Amino acid sequence: MIEFATLLERLAFTPSRNMKLTLLREYFSMAPDPDRGYALAAMAGSLSFSAAKPAMLRALAMERTDPELFAWSYDYVGDLAETVALIWKPERKEHDTPVAPGLADVVHTLERLPKADVPNVVRKWLDACDTSSRYALLKLITGSLRVGASARLAKTALAEMASVAPDDVEEVWHGLEAPYKELFAWVEGKGPKPDAKDAPVFRPPMLAQPLENVDLTAFDPAEWRAEWKWDGIRVQLVSTPQGERVYTRTAEDIGKAFPDILAILQDLGSHVVLDGELLVVQEGVVAPFADLQKRLNRKSPTASMLRDMPAGIRLYDILFEDGEDLRSLPFDIRRQRLESWYARLKPPRMVLSELISFRNFEDLATLRENARSEGIEGLMLKKADSPYVPGRPRGPWWKWKREPLTVDAVVMYAQRGHGKRSSFYSDYTFGLWRTVEEKRELVPIGKAYSGFTDEELKFLDKWVRDHTTKRFGPVREVAQGLVLEIAFDAAQYSKRHKSGVALRFPRVARIRRDKPAQEADDLETFIRAFL
Amino acid sequence: MDWLELKPEGLFCAPGAFYIDPLQPVGHAVITHGHSDHARPGHQHVTATPETLAIMRLRMGEDQAGQTQQALPYGEVISVGNVKIWLAPAGHVLGSAQIVMEYRGERAVVSGDYKRAPDPTCVPFEVVPCDLFVTEATFGLPVFRLPDPAHEIAKLLHDVRLFPERTHVVGCYALGKCQRLIALLRESGYHAPLWLHGALLPMCSLYESFGIPLGELRSATAAKKGEMRGGIVLAPPSAIADRWARRLPEPVVCLASGWMHVRQRAKARGVELPVVISDHADWDALLETCQATGAKEIWVTHGREDALIHALSRKQIRGRALRLIGYEDDEEAAEQEAAGQDASV
Repeated sequence: MIEFATLLERLAFTPSRNMKLTLLREYFSMAPDPDRGYALAAMAGSLSFSAAKPAMLRALAMERTDPELFAWSYDYVGDLAETVALIWKPERKEHDTPVAPGLADVVHTLERLPKADVPNVVRKWLDACDTSSRYALLKLITGSLRVGASARLAKTALAEMASVAPDDVEEVWHGLEAPYKELFAWVEGKGPKPDAKDAPVFRPPMLAQPLENVDLTAFDPAEWRAEWKWDGIRVQLVSTPQGERVYTRTAEDIGKAFPDILAILQDLGSHVVLDGELLVVQEGVVAPFADLQKRLNRKSPTASMLRDMPAGIRLYDILFEDGEDLRSLPFDIRRQRLESWYARLKPPRMVLSELISFRNFEDLATLRENARSEGIEGLMLKKADSPYVPGRPRGPWWKWKREPLTVDAVVMYAQRGHGKRSSFYSDYTFGLWRTVEEKRELVPIGKAYSGFTDEELKFLDKWVRDHTTKRFGPVREVAQGLVLEIAFDAAQYSKRHKSGVALRFPRVARIRRDKPAQEADDLETFIRAFL
Repeated sequence: MDWLELKPEGLFCAPGAFYIDPLQPVGHAVITHGHSDHARPGHQHVTATPETLAIMRLRMGEDQAGQTQQALPYGEVISVGNVKIWLAPAGHVLGSAQIVMEYRGERAVVSGDYKRAPDPTCVPFEVVPCDLFVTEATFGLPVFRLPDPAHEIAKLLHDVRLFPERTHVVGCYALGKCQRLIALLRESGYHAPLWLHGALLPMCSLYESFGIPLGELRSATAAKKGEMRGGIVLAPPSAIADRWARRLPEPVVCLASGWMHVRQRAKARGVELPVVISDHADWDALLETCQATGAKEIWVTHGREDALIHALSRKQIRGRALRLIGYEDDEEAAEQEAAGQDASV
């Protein structure tokens, strides 16, 4: 437990991805089976307890302190598990050196323990643990473990240990269960790669490179296929005799949020792996990304969400059919297989991604610029003979995004960044003008923390420090004097923001030192232009 | 006890006509230790340990550290008016002292700031039995049961080994914490040169002149960036995450403070590696010390007095909150300074 607690503590405070990976690798190579397997499960969110309720923790703490002291302490610390972990004064009998429980002990014990016995066991554990282990233990058993590392990061650390790509770990992951002994054996070179067999596992997807610095005139249009690039969530639908899954392209299983899609897959009963775009489609029209976001944010959707924001799939590709691996076949052949599968099964709420016919790339460029409809981000170019290769190979697939939209906004607040940027004011809240009761004022419409060079960051940081008017903790309010050209992919109405609008993927395109703040854009003009 | 009273200038001993750690310039000040909230400039006559007087002269200049200075080593008894006084070690920083006063058969002890944990850079706290004990309560909440400093140093050194390509920059207060950290690192067998922010070096020299060896110290401000890679840099808390730290190769931001015991405090400061080391008594030490003095009455100068007074009352000890404004906790003051200012030194 001590090693796990130390890892959690360090991960929670470390912003750097590389350092987190080092910490994870160190832990996984040092901790024994099955402890490390349960730690991995805890990080991946596939371990959950609710044996201990907050009221039980409070009652335990009260046995060792009085209500006033506890209340003052809880007030100060602000987190129940942390308060109990810190305030707990272990009672140890003389000559008694209790051993803190291992992670696996905790998991196995709680699986079998009758509810009435939980307080007694937890009390014994608390007495045997040090402060940080108590914290980890309490967070774990109350089911509120927040780890400063994603499941993906933990799998990346394992992949590094095995010198394979993270996707290779993903490919076996969903066929395995805690405590993942065969996974660790493989990673450490002591066992074979676990065999997924018919389990509905994730297959690493093929991704496209952005079309930049590429000479299109050198391409033969006859060798290329074009499709719309949709602004949804890229997903992989997996259906095998052992079950159905909806995976994101980072291998996250989001099936619970989309029972409508799972139900369709189950009805079809086809043994298949499909690649497509998840969208909210209302009466044949693709809804804004914000609606999809609402579905994503819910662990399980309400009946009214399922009715008003039904999910649909735009099919791009087929990877497996009836257990046959199609990934090495050329794109055109896979497309034929996809079309005939589609024609045969007529899956509801799925449509084929349209193949756009074009004579030359100038035609395509015009199409791309004119396509401003909801949900289209640009074009995809796929080589007709390209096999389905996991990862992001350069050459076979290109994404050709629309030019971003831009707006001139005024910097209003700045905040320090994290990690390497912790000494820089690198997060900027920007706003547009509006007139309220004949007074012109700025209203914030978004926040950007990328898009600038190191030199530009130095300039922005200095500008913020020299023009600070107020401080609110880590946030500085600045004089209304600097205009930023903000690039963004789309604008949406939003009830969450004071201005009523929200930007998708805003970033700093240029610093407009030449432009007086008064001449930045108005909210009204912005709404007319983009919404 | 009616011969110690609270005045706007601070705690006043009427029969001796002197103040203890006064907040404003006075005629006669008896000073517990050299931190700037306790040792303030501009008094006429100052009584303190020789170490504290040296610290005051270094920090505020000869002319501000009292027009006349009376060096009083630990344990040496003098009479001021009708009051007998002497100084007892407080274990807080070099030269820190409790003020022991006797008058008409009663004994009062003003502890200043103190700790009970071992510290290789100062004389350990000495329990002086008394009728009235005046205590601090910086960590006056039962959540502050602070870990063994050796454990925290081991944590820091483990991280230094794990990330040899990074530079660990540890925020620490210039007087006391800095030298204690260095001494603890040396005790743990870390003998590589340590890199110090310019603001920390003079106090280290002073400690060494009092016979406390700190090993090889180098100026971080004058160093080439690459030289410090993989090393440990010490700097005032205000500098660790600000422009000064940009001279360091890939810094890992650490902060040595008792406050780091609570996650939210560490998070709010953007600290990557909290080092929970404090120069103040933790909760258990506060309670234990108050009881050990045998005092029937406890006064609490500053800190979280509510919880401490409540806990004392359960042990039939009467507590009184003085609520002295102006005794910022040094660590907290340093935090506020860091949050509010840009130290570009």
